[in-house]
Amino acid sequence: MQVQTHVDINSEWGIVAARQAGRKLAREIGFGSVDQARITTAISELARNIYLYANQGQIKIEEVADSNKRGMKIIASDEGPGIRDVRRVMEDGFTTSGGLGAGLPGVKRLMDEFDIDSELDSGTVITAVKWLR
Amino acid sequence: MKVTIREEVLQYQDQIIEAWLEQVQTFRQDESLKNISASVYESTSREFIDKLLITLQQDVVADTELNQFVEKLIQMGWPLNFITRGLQEFRKASVKIVAENSDEFSSKIEFFQDIENWVDEVVNLLVDQYSGSWENTVFLQKMALKELSAPLIPVFDKISVMPLVGTIDTERAKLIMENLLEGVIEHRSQVVLIDITGVPVVDTMVAHHIIQASEAVRLVGATCILVGIRPEIAQTIVNLGIDLGKFPTKSTLKKGVETALAMTKREIIETEA
Ligand SMILES: Nc1ncnc2c1ncn2[C@@H]1O[C@H](COP(=O)(O)OP(=O)(O)OP(=O)(O)O)[C@@H](O)[C@H]1O
Ligand SMILES: [Mg+2]
Repeated sequence: MQVQTHVDINSEWGIVAARQAGRKLAREIGFGSVDQARITTAISELARNIYLYANQGQIKIEEVADSNKRGMKIIASDEGPGIRDVRRVMEDGFTTSGGLGAGLPGVKRLMDEFDIDSELDSGTVITAVKWLR
Repeated sequence: MKVTIREEVLQYQDQIIEAWLEQVQTFRQDESLKNISASVYESTSREFIDKLLITLQQDVVADTELNQFVEKLIQMGWPLNFITRGLQEFRKASVKIVAENSDEFSSKIEFFQDIENWVDEVVNLLVDQYSGSWENTVFLQKMALKELSAPLIPVFDKISVMPLVGTIDTERAKLIMENLLEGVIEHRSQVVLIDITGVPVVDTMVAHHIIQASEAVRLVGATCILVGIRPEIAQTIVNLGIDLGKFPTKSTLKKGVETALAMTKREIIETEA
């Protein structure tokens, strides 16, 4: 059976808990220290976005396997305001909160696969995968 | 408690104590209590029932020997559970024994209510005492943590170091900024080394705060150097697309100190013995 963990995000402590769970699973799957840092950082970005823009939501992390490769998947979901223009939030420097606007484009570069599914007023689901090589 | 009822309880106190001690032994094996030695458990239980009966003879529950006793338990780290269970058992034992022995009281609801109210009052008071001390402890730990969380240490004339260890949340980010600015002015620092060796994750928020802090430091006339960037952190910063180009960085604190000395036109030389 593949490992799966959920962490509720509704405070800054939740962000820390999600990161720790992510680092632990990444280590168990066998990722090296650089990829562990990439995965942990990606979780941190997605979890913080949930906390900042949707107030609450969930980070799910799980081990995934393809026919010939193994990896780790992060699913960040919330029922917040949703994202109006998905293409814009993927531009480096786009922010509505006075941040660096580097989070989402950063996560895309940190991970191997990246997908946003968002609907205005109903929420956002972001999925990202890192493969073990 | 009404005088008549109080007298009734006191009249049968020996039996109540006996029954109570027996009951208290039954939760001796509870997870939170099982590490306490048998003799300490026994003597503490006896002291507890003594103080309880002394309090019973007084008109007010507050400011009694019972409070001092509880204070001692708090200091020694006894679980609150011992107190609340002990009081529940005291209520049961006194109701049972007085009812068995006194026909007059067993029929009166007033009697049960009186004991109930008295025990409730004591429970409330002692729980307050316990939680007050916890809140106090949490508060003190928070303060201690706050002092520890972003210290600015003057290491040489004009050079200070801020070692950051652990997670940086919003509150801590604020402290970093405040302590940096205050410290730079107070110590007349020209160069500040921010050491992030101990920061587990450098995400965009952490990077943003460090960039803002260093810009603020520049405005008060000093320079920030970021040191202790572990190789994996350097990689993730690059992946995030954060530009630290205009930001002086050094891999280690040692190299940072050397640079800082050079910037303030000094160097460390070895002397002959
Ligand atoms: N879960 C979400 N729900 C709604 N809007 C979101 C969500 N995540 C991101 N956004 C929007 O996308 C924008 C870009 O997000 P991104 O993480 O890239 O940058 P940021 O959070 O503004 O700054 P940074 O992450 O660099 O500190 C945000 O400013 C916000 O408007
Ligand atoms: Mg973000």
